[in-house]
Amino acid sequence: MITLRKFLLLIWLFAWSLSAWAAAGSTIRIAMTPAFLHDQHAMLAQWRDYLQSQLKRPVEFIQRDRYRETIDLLQQQKVDFAWICDYPYLVLKDDVKLLAVALHQGKPNYQAYLIVPATDKTTRSIADLKGSIFAYADPYSNTGYLVPRFEIKRGGADPATFFRRTFFTWSHRKVIDAVASGVAQGASVDSYVWESLAKVRPDITAKTRIAWKSALFGFPPMVAQRNVSAADFKRMQQVLMDMQNHPQGLELLKRLNLDGFVPGSPQLYDGVVDMMRQFGEP
Amino acid sequence: MRLFDLSLRYKMPLWGGGLILVTALTLSASFMWQAWDNLHHDLQKNAEDLGRSTARALFPLMLHDEVWQAFETVSLSLTSSDNAAQTESLVVFDNQLRVYISSDSQAHRLTQPMASLDAEFAALAAVMPKAPDADVFVRDASDASHIYVALPIASGGVRLGTLVVAYHKSVLWQRFSQLLRNAVGITLLTLAILLPITAYWGRRMMRPMQWITERIRRVGTADDASVNPSLYPYGDEVGLLYAAYLDMRVKLQQKDALEKEVIESERMAAVGRLTASIAHEINNPLGGMLNAISTLKRHGNPDLVTQKTVSLLERGLSHIRETVAALLVQSKVKSRPLNASDFDDVQVLVAHALKKQGTRLDWSVSITSDTTLPSTLVRQVLINLLLNAITAAGAAGQVNLMAQTDEKQLKVVIDNTGQPMSSDQLGRLFEPFTSFTNEGNGLGLWICYQIVTQLGGRIQADSNAERTRFTVTLPLIPTDEPPTPQNLPD
Repeated sequence: MITLRKFLLLIWLFAWSLSAWAAAGSTIRIAMTPAFLHDQHAMLAQWRDYLQSQLKRPVEFIQRDRYRETIDLLQQQKVDFAWICDYPYLVLKDDVKLLAVALHQGKPNYQAYLIVPATDKTTRSIADLKGSIFAYADPYSNTGYLVPRFEIKRGGADPATFFRRTFFTWSHRKVIDAVASGVAQGASVDSYVWESLAKVRPDITAKTRIAWKSALFGFPPMVAQRNVSAADFKRMQQVLMDMQNHPQGLELLKRLNLDGFVPGSPQLYDGVVDMMRQFGEP
Repeated sequence: MRLFDLSLRYKMPLWGGGLILVTALTLSASFMWQAWDNLHHDLQKNAEDLGRSTARALFPLMLHDEVWQAFETVSLSLTSSDNAAQTESLVVFDNQLRVYISSDSQAHRLTQPMASLDAEFAALAAVMPKAPDADVFVRDASDASHIYVALPIASGGVRLGTLVVAYHKSVLWQRFSQLLRNAVGITLLTLAILLPITAYWGRRMMRPMQWITERIRRVGTADDASVNPSLYPYGDEVGLLYAAYLDMRVKLQQKDALEKEVIESERMAAVGRLTASIAHEINNPLGGMLNAISTLKRHGNPDLVTQKTVSLLERGLSHIRETVAALLVQSKVKSRPLNASDFDDVQVLVAHALKKQGTRLDWSVSITSDTTLPSTLVRQVLINLLLNAITAAGAAGQVNLMAQTDEKQLKVVIDNTGQPMSSDQLGRLFEPFTSFTNEGNGLGLWICYQIVTQLGGRIQADSNAERTRFTVTLPLIPTDEPPTPQNLPD
């Protein structure tokens, strides 16, 4: 009899611990793209800890080098949230909801920088780079692919034959490396990444020169996968908005070279939509 | 002065140093040659290893046209490999021999044709094998400043391009010069240690030679001094030289002494002969004259004046006869053999003189049995020498006699503490009529000399500040032929 009672007690204990674990909540998965300096692993770990403590839920960051992979993760609903580029956001318009937009230099905007090696003193626009070696960031990048191609097309040339050779580095940070090392004679880069890198590795950015700056676009948005519950959406949005009011959050924002997060609006990305239309995309 | 006239003190270290130098240089040169070869081989091998692993990684990247990742791969290979310092660049060419990617993109632009990069790449492009299954190709032209290792980027019979690992020969030289510097440093250090050792060794070897040379040069001069054998106590050739020198010096001295002795004895023999002949010549008429006087005294009736004159003549002639008799020492007299009691007699005979002078006598005689020597003559020698010694020692002086026999000889040593004799005196000591005092006729030592010589013995005198010593040695077995028979009267 005693063994039966013990057995029942064990079952009860097991069930109780299970429910307690369930109360802690399932893991929140956030996909990260190379839209920012995504190789700052220590900073990411701190941000994850911060979000965990704020959300009281386990948080997991999933890093993918290619935008396409992040798009797939969202479409396959393998992640709850993602920080993506404008272009993938617009591509995924029906699959995601705009969660928050970061403020860079006080504005929810960024732009494309046309960078050339510092030794190149003459280039003033992308037209001057005809027949050169050009580095693209990612085929789903706004500033690293769409903008330069749009500019070439606006100048009346064919982006497919304009350069002698093009290649993808799959990250904005590496685009800067490609120009700095002399592999590429020009590249278009996310202004936020360039400015952030200039703060931590001024030696690398010093080897490049900004030849031209594009118009402003909406800052790469944080999006929620459409099946995320309204409560989780709200909670996550709230935590991001509150970061600037929290000393630890503020510290993290500083390291991210950001000023805070705002809810944002889809209209921020109309400029990108216009460019996409030029290439026959919706 | 010619080089070969230099002192061995310098020549030996110079030769030694020269040999050490030649050895060190030869060894260093052979090591350096080997090192250069190894370095060259290592460098090539490293480049090949680096190239092989990089080429394998590059294949999928070229297949998917991942230019940036290809760049990262070649850059990583360049910076992470052990031999990064010696590799100048890794360049990937596509099958059209255009730059696909290079670790040095500043120098090698993407899509630039290989032949247009520089003359060395152009030459490489011309000779490099292009087959998919080609092996590693190394171009190390003497006129080129780089060494190139070309490897196909191929898999499963499909070749996508070529990886060229280039390294500057100056790296090789730089590494080699470092080795060279080390080798030269070690060689110099070795020489710095060995040369002083050689110099020291040369000096050490030569110093005894110099000493002995100096001594040999002085042989026969007044400065001739013996060599202390402890100067060079070793048994090698130099040690043997020292021993030979000492031996030679002793022999030379013996020869010198012998020569002196021969001259001396010849001189004495000549004096003896002369004396003997004069004595004979005097003796014959002297006998006649004495006979005549005797006859005159016996049978003539001389007056008083004549008697006085004849007596005067007889005394004078007798004195001459005694002197001549003394000169003609006769050793072949019949005499009983000498024994210990003769020494006792001699002691008694000289006791009076000792007493008169107040001279002390130390007497030590160890003669156990009878000898073959004639007692009369030996007694005469002993008495002569002892009286001389007592006179020389003077008041409060000391005279010692030591006599002993062994199977072969009788040895008598008589010394006194009197005034030392000069070497000049010693040289003329045994000549007749040599007297250093006012007493005596100067024939005592002459007689001793004649007796000892005729008995086949030796008499020697030496003198120093403390003692004047006479040593008499007489053979107990008489020699058949005395050394100086010439001076014997018939």
